[in-house]
Amino acid sequence: MTLKLSSKLLFSFFIILVFNSSFAQIKDELGSIHGNFQIDAANYERDTIINADPGSEVFRYNAFGNINYQKGGFTAGVRYESYNPPLLGYLPGYKGSGVPYRFARYTHKDIDITVGNFYEQFGSGISLRAYENRGLLYDNALDGMRVIFTPKKGIILKGLVGKQRTYFSLSPGVVRGFDGEINLMDVFDSILGKSKTKIILGGSFVSKFQQDQNPTLVLPENVGNSAGRVTIIRGGFNFNAEYAYKINDPSYQNKYSYKPGHAIIASASYGMDGFSLMFSGKMLDNMSFRSDRDAQNTIDMINYQPDFSKFHTYSLMAYYPYATQPNGEVGGTGELQYKFKKGSLLGGKYGMDITINGSAYYGIDTIGIAAISDTLNNFKYSTNYGGVGEEYYHDFNIEITKKLSKKLKFTVMYANQFLNQSIVQFNTPDKEEHPDITSHIGVLDVIWRYKTGSAIRFETQGFFGSYDYKEHKYDDNGEKNITNNTGSWASALIEWTPNTHWSITVADQYNYNNPVISKRVHYYFGMIGYTNGPTRVSLSYGRQRQGIFCAGGVCRFVPASSGLSISISSSF
Amino acid sequence: MKKLLILSSAIIVCLSAFKSSDGDKIPSATVKKLDGSTTNSSTFVNAGKPMIISFWATWCKPCKKELDAINEEYAELVKETGVKLIAISIDDARSSGKVVTDVKVKGWTYEVYIDENQDFKRAMNVNNVPHTFLVDGDGKIVWSHNSYAEGDEEKLFENVRKLAKGEKLSH
Repeated sequence: MTLKLSSKLLFSFFIILVFNSSFAQIKDELGSIHGNFQIDAANYERDTIINADPGSEVFRYNAFGNINYQKGGFTAGVRYESYNPPLLGYLPGYKGSGVPYRFARYTHKDIDITVGNFYEQFGSGISLRAYENRGLLYDNALDGMRVIFTPKKGIILKGLVGKQRTYFSLSPGVVRGFDGEINLMDVFDSILGKSKTKIILGGSFVSKFQQDQNPTLVLPENVGNSAGRVTIIRGGFNFNAEYAYKINDPSYQNKYSYKPGHAIIASASYGMDGFSLMFSGKMLDNMSFRSDRDAQNTIDMINYQPDFSKFHTYSLMAYYPYATQPNGEVGGTGELQYKFKKGSLLGGKYGMDITINGSAYYGIDTIGIAAISDTLNNFKYSTNYGGVGEEYYHDFNIEITKKLSKKLKFTVMYANQFLNQSIVQFNTPDKEEHPDITSHIGVLDVIWRYKTGSAIRFETQGFFGSYDYKEHKYDDNGEKNITNNTGSWASALIEWTPNTHWSITVADQYNYNNPVISKRVHYYFGMIGYTNGPTRVSLSYGRQRQGIFCAGGVCRFVPASSGLSISISSSF
Repeated sequence: MKKLLILSSAIIVCLSAFKSSDGDKIPSATVKKLDGSTTNSSTFVNAGKPMIISFWATWCKPCKKELDAINEEYAELVKETGVKLIAISIDDARSSGKVVTDVKVKGWTYEVYIDENQDFKRAMNVNNVPHTFLVDGDGKIVWSHNSYAEGDEEKLFENVRKLAKGEKLSH
């Protein structure tokens, strides 16, 4: 960060400070100003043992601040972002500073108008979803205009047009969309108002326009994606389904195939006190939809293809995560939750919770078609909707949480995972370098609240992996670099919260049987956190191993790193 | 690093000044009820009694720990102070189907809404979950807290009791 920038920032904060404190008294007439910000900065070190090499730019940070103004139905806001350069593992395209997000919005009775940047989602997002995930640095906000019209209770109509954010500029394609939703019970209140069953129907049409400048292919300049959906709710029962169809949309992602795309996403659940059952399934075929057909990574995605597999928060369980395969997949996830009542045999004095979850995902069953002509009829494959293709992922998870006394509580968890790593994470058939991985993972997490407001948490995890690769020979020193076979891991963590403001964490992950002996190293980590109201500051030091983080169906690789990090976030 | 420290201290100074701006009404945003219908956040009321607004997600462990911890004392607290807890899930299509099952199985009696497009989260300037707000009897946001550590709910209960008695809060 240059000194010039710091002084500019200081100056702007000073202005806000003066502005805010002098107007605090009369803010009711002038409206209110609010915002939030977060700074994550790191000073990296070269650490040859874990292959961490930050290059010459050792100080990196991600920072943003939002300032919003509201008065009655009028809202306006800006977000300043700065990355010089971004932290390791984020897309290097984000390098720089600027104001990529600014908007003005006016809501009055049945009308809601936004100009500038906005986020939006139609249905489950399979036709359109513009959203942000600041932690993952995913932001495909639209820049344009949107109108939401509610002519009658239970009817919502949305129309929008805009270009998507691409780092600090905009995508070349234009996105236009329309969505309508009708809640039958609200609209036909007089006839259906007393019905216990609620039915909501919705439909959307999204199209993108991008000029064809390809010298060899004749590409569609307008691509439409239409979707229809239904939600049925009765008592504890919920059912949701959405079908989408996209016309041919050759892109870098689908290897310029002219095949149309289809998607079916459905989920059903039943819940009652102490018991729930849920199943989510999907079939996606060539549904990647981007406002720039040549885009790669996690940019310019118009729609969202959700992944239903269990979202893991324990680090070793999330070591080899699954992510939606944008070119096609079929599969589902089921989950059962049960609460053993207080006083029952297994429940004991405080009850016991159990969650069982499982998933299985496969590729779609494709039949290759020899291209008739590479320019006009390049379908590349057809799909057998009755079958499934290669296995991508499966898992089985069981989690038990039990409170033993007012002071002591524990969680135990077991997971069995299979990952077709070469396809899911590296998009290559090369199983030599990226073998299939089957793993057994166990977690024990104990919390001891030794006095009111003070606690110690202890967590230990074990990852036992087997890697299905063909013969690999190591040299005598065991130095052959097979980066994707790391053997098994064990970890331990202690977190001490002496009071509601402070927390101190120390942790170690040990790669105890890496096939390469010199890589059997400890990944130590320490952190001090301070929280006061909406403000949180943390300082940490240690090693972070390489890993995969996933968002919106696309994964990003985070390299190993070592060093000092600081994180500050707050809102006002 | 030095510049960063200067910047951070400047921000913290500004923040303490901004504290004076606490006490605004709940901003307006569209959220979804568990029965699929939509409502506006500016209509959240509790007849002159305090409200807790808690942002959470089905994948957020600390969030669920916090809501579970509150739940153990909730019935008593409601009786004593008349408080109402509004739980706002920020789950997206990946996990929004789990919101209703999690709520049912845990036996939470809170008012639960889904903020799928995260409009309300943005309007309330929430960076990360869990983030908990306290609203006084006049519908003004008077306190907020980010993150959850074991035992944090004690402070929340203390503040709810103070609010119910009409006392002022400090962080």
